[in-house]
Amino acid sequence: MTAKRRSGPRHPRNGQADAARDRAAWFLVLPALLPILVLSVGPLLYGIALAFTDAQSGRTRSTQWIGTLNFQDLLHDTLFWDSFRIGLLWAFGVTVPQFLLALGLALLLNQKLRMRWLARALAIIPWAMPEVVVGIMWRLVYNPDAGILNETIRDLGLGDGRDWLTGLATALPAVILVGIWAGMPQTTVALLAGLQNTPHELHEAAALDGAGAWRRFRTVTWPAIKPIALAISALNFIWNFNSFALVYVLTSGGPGGRTRLPMLFAYEEAFRYGQFGYAAAMGCVMVAVISVILAVYLVGRIRGGGEER
Amino acid sequence: MSLPTSRAARTGQYLALLAYLVFLAFPFLWLLSTAFKPARELGSLHPTWIPEHPTLDNFRQAFDEQPLLQAAANSLIAAVSAALIAVVIATPMAYVMARHRGRLATAATGWVVVSQAFPFVLVIIPLFLVLKNLHLINTLWGLILVYVVWSLPFALWMLAGYVRAVPAELEEAAAVDGAGRVRTLVSVVAPLLAPGIVATGLFAFITAWNEFFFALVLLKTPEKQTLPVVLTHFLGAEGVADLGPLAAAAFLATLPSLVLFAFIQRRITGGMTAGAVRG
Repeated sequence: MTAKRRSGPRHPRNGQADAARDRAAWFLVLPALLPILVLSVGPLLYGIALAFTDAQSGRTRSTQWIGTLNFQDLLHDTLFWDSFRIGLLWAFGVTVPQFLLALGLALLLNQKLRMRWLARALAIIPWAMPEVVVGIMWRLVYNPDAGILNETIRDLGLGDGRDWLTGLATALPAVILVGIWAGMPQTTVALLAGLQNTPHELHEAAALDGAGAWRRFRTVTWPAIKPIALAISALNFIWNFNSFALVYVLTSGGPGGRTRLPMLFAYEEAFRYGQFGYAAAMGCVMVAVISVILAVYLVGRIRGGGEER
Repeated sequence: MSLPTSRAARTGQYLALLAYLVFLAFPFLWLLSTAFKPARELGSLHPTWIPEHPTLDNFRQAFDEQPLLQAAANSLIAAVSAALIAVVIATPMAYVMARHRGRLATAATGWVVVSQAFPFVLVIIPLFLVLKNLHLINTLWGLILVYVVWSLPFALWMLAGYVRAVPAELEEAAAVDGAGRVRTLVSVVAPLLAPGIVATGLFAFITAWNEFFFALVLLKTPEKQTLPVVLTHFLGAEGVADLGPLAAAAFLATLPSLVLFAFIQRRITGGMTAGAVRG
């Protein structure tokens, strides 16, 4: 095609055209780049810097550099490490079962079943709902007297039910269940897309060779969806670890801090007690941990992608 | 997939699907049931699925108790402005990300990925300080600025996917015909991108409409607050809640995003998975 000889976007002719293209690119990028630098990258760097200061809200005296003092304090802050542990428990507790359930649902929806359309319609609900409403809705479900959960338990003769969200032992599992419910549709859709990209012929060939369902899953289905599975799980883990609204509405971190995720802890520290520097240091520790996870995921993804192509 | 399946396996599949449907639907059905129940039934020790005497009292009471209309107006202004601004500035950048292979495009893509990992607390404290110096705390404009940047990563991701779906040959043909760069973009690329731009805008609207954390931190007075923040006022200080109005208000707050999402769901999942598959 002769058109490609012209300055088509992907086919630079020489250095001069390159330079012109780059100028044009900068011009196109600028409207978004400025807000990103001012309101995202800038604050991020500012936030990291704040972690090394004694910044507090509403203080008249100027803020001072205090080196790594905030981090040293954090090391000994058992409440923070409790919340960190709870954050990891919550993130694993949501991500893993959610992935397995979503995979099951995606495999089902990939079959020719009659109620597929209904499942797709229902999946919109958790996905499109504000997290605050999801939290409120499940508080109505968990309500000790007027909730449907305890009423069902009473109807089934399984006892009197309990106050799920305020029980020391039940609060974390109860919020984890909500987390699983809230994120399942998104995970399902991502996995379903992966399944639909699997060539049918491979399945049929494997079936002809006498491979059972499990073997077909392991040798044909799983390799095909692995890149998506890795990506969605890593993102889910990160989003869950950083989540706030759902648990804020469900328990506000209670009872006795049993559901106090790191974000809830940092939020209180910053906006209830005004400890900006200290809260920023918490944010840094959270970023560090998440970066490690992201790195592991990227390495896995690159390897998985390599096999793919 | 059309492998022969035994009758028993089929039955098992339907039972499993049914269990999933129940799990997905029951909290929402309970919310609806609670919203339409009169106070007497809500106080009953044996709640029922179907309200015996359905009523709209809870909706009336919800509007009496909290400034829901004002909150809905605030949410609408914030979400519409944020979505419009985000789409207008994201579209040209997404074009560059999809079509160019320079350092700029790589850096932009890198930012989109990395920004997903920020814990918001690390961004919100400095943002709070910056917006305070600009006297934008407790204003919708401050919130809109934050929403624009917050919705950019996914908007860029989606839009770049749509740009890639436009064949580069079309642009090259336009260039051969003597159309300038700007004309090519405006009269060839933009019309083909329009449906994707609309879908992205609606998605940005929904994310802003649903957002809670930034609104909680940045908006102080009830007359400035958005719907999700005002909803939490129904919960009361000790977590004691007036269940009926709470459910009614929560249901109403969900309707706009549910309706819009139903419209664009296919495009969202298409855009999301296109990005994930291509990776």
